[in-house]
Order: sequence, then structure tokens, then C-alpha cells
Amino acid sequence: MSNVYLLEAKMEFLKSLRMKMYSLSTVIFPAMFYCFFGLAMGKEGSKDSMPMARYLLATYGAFGVMGASLFAFGVGVAVERGLGWLQVKRASPMPPAAYFFAKAVVSLSFAAIVVALLFGLGAAFGDVRMPLWQWLGIGGALILGAIPFCALGLAIGNFAGPNSAPGTVNMIYLPLALCGGLWIPFQFLPKGIQSIAPFLPSFHLSQIALRILGAPVQGTVIGHVEALVAFTLIFAGIAWMGQMREREKMYG
Amino acid sequence: MPVAELHAVTKNYGEIAALRGIDLAIEPGEVVSLLGPNGAGKTTAVRILLGLMQPSSGRAEVFGHPPASRYARLRRGAQLQVARVPETLRVREHIQLFSSYYEKPLPLQETLAAAGLVDVQNRLFGELSGGQKQRVLFALAICGNPGLLFLDEPTVGLDVEARRALWARIRGFAKRGGSVLLTTHYLDEADALSHRIAVIHRGLIVAEGTPAEIRKLGASADLEDAFLAITGNPNVVEEVA
Repeated sequence: MSNVYLLEAKMEFLKSLRMKMYSLSTVIFPAMFYCFFGLAMGKEGSKDSMPMARYLLATYGAFGVMGASLFAFGVGVAVERGLGWLQVKRASPMPPAAYFFAKAVVSLSFAAIVVALLFGLGAAFGDVRMPLWQWLGIGGALILGAIPFCALGLAIGNFAGPNSAPGTVNMIYLPLALCGGLWIPFQFLPKGIQSIAPFLPSFHLSQIALRILGAPVQGTVIGHVEALVAFTLIFAGIAWMGQMREREKMYG
Repeated sequence: MPVAELHAVTKNYGEIAALRGIDLAIEPGEVVSLLGPNGAGKTTAVRILLGLMQPSSGRAEVFGHPPASRYARLRRGAQLQVARVPETLRVREHIQLFSSYYEKPLPLQETLAAAGLVDVQNRLFGELSGGQKQRVLFALAICGNPGLLFLDEPTVGLDVEARRALWARIRGFAKRGGSVLLTTHYLDEADALSHRIAVIHRGLIVAEGTPAEIRKLGASADLEDAFLAITGNPNVVEEVA
């Protein structure tokens, strides 16, 4: 029985790895941004802030994790649902949870790959040095932080059309990154954006990672974790509504 | 006991009645074709038997169980119309995965052979020709060694040779005791394969019988003319203004 879940996850991973659109852009964009802004421009810290190479490890890590899960679920589910493949799976004896489990495994795996790549770049070229517990703590927090974005991706995937899904995901992904302080540190964001950041899951995830990193943050870790759990439940609820709507869709 | 049954099944989508009271039974070893113009309700009937949709009223059963039950799923295979199948898995991988869903799947090599895919088993799905793609979908339907097969327009877009080859595979499946529910627009296909044809029109079964009986009902030696006579006859179905 558990074999079905493992095989489903393995095949989903192979499938995603071979889809260059997904596997390359998921890994390369965060790494490229980190190289530009973290390594090329800001190795030195100013007197009242830590080096950019170190700070941006947390925020571009969060950026990469979001991308891995939003695209795996948002685009993956929208295409497979909209173009009939999910019907074939649903008509089969596949345990329905296996489908979502496999996509979550892929999201978390690619999240881990992105984070590991950024860590390698930071350590090798950005002189980032930390005790092991800190590397593991940030890595673990970021990878688990994929979960609310899996739920958000599923909500998008259950509503978006197969052709519009990539655009829809980007329309949600990029503002979440910018306004959550993933590109520009929170304290440098305009006041207006600072005031909406607490309503964005991206903000809470990056604050947790930054806290472990020892950067100045807003709020407490517990508060951010609670917020992410709440976001996960809300997104899952929206995803569920999309699924119910789908069930009664008209066919000749 | 029939392997699949619809009893007085209706299905409404808001104001629109897609099925208006359908009775249909498929016996073991029987190939039944569901014929009907676009929008007649064929796909709705199939979706209800696959457990993808609930009837508004009436009862649907597969092997005496609800169509969505695990019991029914394990004993059923389906080839549906799919606009896009994941293209970056190999033929072998697609079949392995679907085989893992069943309790007693066919051995991989047997499924590959039965669907005519041995030579392309290591190709990615996206690299296949249209006919080969259809054969993969057929393979996914039969890999669990089901007793009942749903084929929703399985030969759309196939050339004559590939269609005939699929017909032979469907006949082989029925000869081994499997039952088939086939929906198609090709009347020669229904004629060549079915023990029984049910003509569905505007949500009702308006004619049912062997291919020969359907020809007689439509008062024509040609099944296509008979079909048009049946579905176009205002005495059979009331016209909606």
C-alpha cells in the first residue's frame, strides 16, 4: 500500500526533473538572483547590518522554496486537471491522497535542492560561515516552509485554467516575494508595503529563517509559525472549494 | 449478474437535463456500444459509471458496488479522452505506476505486448506518434487485468490500420471474458465490435439491440442511416422548441 505512494512520488519526481521548464527555472532563478545581489554586489556588511551574502541566503531561500511549490502544484494541477489527466487518475484505483502526496514530495525535494545550492554558493563564494545547527535550522525551516505554498499552489491549480496557470502563479508569486521582503529587506520596504507584509505568508517564512540566521526580525518565531499554519488551512480550504466546484462541472 | 448497471438514472446540470432516466446493463463478456450525437449524454453516463459524478436520481452499480468504491475501481479499467498526458515519463514508467494501483496487475511485459508497445517501452510519452499514445492509454486501462473496460472514443484520430489493430485487442479482451462499454462516433466500429448497441439521444435511450436489430429499427441496411433515422425521428423523442 505504501509502495503506491512511494512509486507515485518517484514517478512525479522523474517527470518534474525531466520537465526543463520546471526543474531548471525553479533552481536557476533563485540562484541567479542570489549571485547578482548576494555575491556580486554585497559581500561586505555596513556597520549596522549583516553581509548581504548572509542575509539574502534566508530570503532567496524562501523565494526558491515558494517557486518550487507554487509551480509544482499551481501549474501542475491546473494542467493535469484542465486537460483530462486527473480524470484518468481519479477513475483508477489510485488512492486520491497519493496524487497530492507525490506533488508535495516533489515540492519539498526541489525546495531542498534550491536551498542546498544557495547554501553551497554562499559558503563557497560569499564567505558565509555558521555553526552546523544554524545551517540545518535555516535549511529545515525553509524546506518545511514549502507546505503553506503547496496549499496555495493547490488552490490556484484547482481554479486556474491550464493555459493561464503559469501567468496566474507568477502574478501571485512575484508580488508575494517583493512585498514579503524577499528581494528587498523588510526595513527598506516603503511604509505602505510594510503594513501589508504581515498578511503575506512569504513575510512570515522569511522572518523565521532570518531569526535563526540572527538578523533583526519582526515578531516571534511562534507567531510566524502560527500565521503559516493559519495560511495553510485557509489555502487548503480554498483548494477544497475548488475541488467541489470541479466535481459538478458539465460534460456532454 | 450484470457487471455494470444504471437504473432510472437522471442527471441535471442546473436547468439542463443531461440524462432523463436511463436503464442500462452490461453482462459479463459483453461488448456494449453507446452511440449518440454530441451532447446526447454518453459521456455523462460513462462518468457516472466511473464514479466521477453522482447521478441526480436513480442508481448506478459496478460489480454490485457503488462506482466510486475501491471494490469497483480495482475491477475496472478506463480509457478516457485526454487532451494531454504527462509527456516526460517513459511508456514503461506510466504502465508500472498504473499497475501498482491494482491488486493483481498483469505482468509489465504482458501489458506491453497486449497494447503493442514492446518496441517503444523506453520512449518518453511526448516522443510517441498519435497512434502509440492511444495505445498507451489503452495499456493503462488494461494493465490492472480488469473485468470491465470503459473505452471513451478510443480510436479518435487513428488511421485505419491502427483502428483495426485496436479492434482486435478489444475483441481479444472480450473473448477472455471481459466486458466492455464503448462510446464511439464511428458506427462501423460499433457494428464490428458490439454484441449490443444502445442509442442515446437527448438524455434517453431511444433504441437498444444487436447491430442487426438497430438497422431494422431504423429501417435501413446501413447502420449510419438507421442511426440518423432513430435520432432524427420526432416520434421517438419529443422535439424541444
